Amino acid sequence: MLRFERVGLRYADGPVLAGFDLAVAPGELVVLLGPSGCGKTTLLRLAARLAAPSTGRVVNRFARTAVVFQEPRLLPWWSALDNVAFALAARGVAPAERRGRAAALLGRLGFSTADLRKRPAALSGGMQGRTAIARALVVEPDLVLMDEPFAALDVGLRRDLQDLVRGAVDRDGAAVLFVTHDVTEAVRMADRLVVLSRRPARVVHDVRTRPEASPAAIHRAAAALLDTPAVRAALLARHGEPGQPERPQIRPGRQPAPAAPSWPAR
Amino acid sequence: MAAGAMARRAAPLAWGGLGLLALGLAWEAGHRAFGPFVLPAPAEAGVRLAALLADGDAWPALAVTAGNALGGWLAGALIGAGLGIAGGLVGPLGAALRPVVTVTLGVPPIAWVVLALLWFGPRGGAPAFTVLMTAVPVVFAAAFQGLAARDPRLGEMATVYGAPLLLRLRMLILPQLLDHLLPALATALALAFKVAVMAEVLGGGVGIGGRIATARAHLDLVETMAWILLVVAVLLVCDGLLLAPLRRLLSARRPSGPVSAAG
Repeated sequence: MLRFERVGLRYADGPVLAGFDLAVAPGELVVLLGPSGCGKTTLLRLAARLAAPSTGRVVNRFARTAVVFQEPRLLPWWSALDNVAFALAARGVAPAERRGRAAALLGRLGFSTADLRKRPAALSGGMQGRTAIARALVVEPDLVLMDEPFAALDVGLRRDLQDLVRGAVDRDGAAVLFVTHDVTEAVRMADRLVVLSRRPARVVHDVRTRPEASPAAIHRAAAALLDTPAVRAALLARHGEPGQPERPQIRPGRQPAPAAPSWPAR
Repeated sequence: MAAGAMARRAAPLAWGGLGLLALGLAWEAGHRAFGPFVLPAPAEAGVRLAALLADGDAWPALAVTAGNALGGWLAGALIGAGLGIAGGLVGPLGAALRPVVTVTLGVPPIAWVVLALLWFGPRGGAPAFTVLMTAVPVVFAAAFQGLAARDPRLGEMATVYGAPLLLRLRMLILPQLLDHLLPALATALALAFKVAVMAEVLGGGVGIGGRIATARAHLDLVETMAWILLVVAVLLVCDGLLLAPLRRLLSARRPSGPVSAAG
């Protein structure tokens, strides 16, 4: 169980969190949606013990927490295989076993034998992202903290990796706290959707849901979510104008907003 | 494809050879213009060098100079790296050492030679000491910078996965350090031979510098040029055997592209 209990955190430019409460149970994939800069990444850092709250407390009772950062954070001097095996080496897994497990997982993610030996600089952005995801999943974590992990990937690859993460939840019972700006990704993956307000972040919408599979259902669920007044106020308001709706941006800041959202097809 | 790659590698070598040939021609032209008392013929110096090598006269001098240069370089590298790493890890120590090293860096090698000759005498370890004092600040600065420039994001990643200290050292800290340290070691090594010969010239002795000083005293310009040719050859061999592999290692290890996939 991961619990944020009355968590407050203040940076130099003001409070990021104030009295924040949230719990993530084993086997559930919780998607955090919220406007840019509202504190989603901060929540992941608190859960990973990379930051400490100013007030309240963060309880993480999971034994194996893995993090997929916004950037891949790969070791540039070592191959893709070594980068994935690093997480296993940190847990004391024997060299032969860790290389075998890392190679098998990277193989599932589309890496050829030659790709395994490439250093991060020789990998495409998508392959770097996949390496970082493999590094997180190879340790068979019981909690995965993911910060916009698929933002740089194309639609097909994104769908495959979404399925891989869902598999870790459905098959292995892992818990996932997943930050994204992409509403369609959220409704496709989530067991629970949590929408945060602007700073200081508070939960404005927390609903149990079911991962949607078909493009039509994803479309409908995303539209319904954006139609919820509290969600609309949090996600679609312009800066400084709370509650003012504007044209929905499915992935703000990542790419030009498409004329029509391109739903992941199954 | 392979032939193309070979041609690409051979082209700089060919141009380098042409440059050296031009230098030799300029030497020959200087010899013809000013006469053998100012500049002996390159061929004559080459023949004398071959004779020195064939007689076995050059080898002991070479061994002494190499010992001075490599010994001073190694000791300087160890001390400089040790202090730089300690200074990089312990903030107050680093703050205290930095100005000291800046001052040391500002002292010209010739001043160290004079001090070393006074301290150790002309036959003592003056050349090796001078090399050491030249190498320490160069290597210190690189080690210090190497630790200061660590990427904190990679440190966080290692923390999240619970990497123990030894694993961090091997896969994170040492590689980051080496990226800064290797070029500094190469620079210090190139300096080491020049400084060692300079100290030997001033201090006498049986090294190459000492032999240059003797030849100069006898106004034997041919032998002077022969010893200079030997120093240059040693530097080139050192470059080929030690520095070129270091440069290759560095360029192969260098992360050359953007690492970030997501903003």
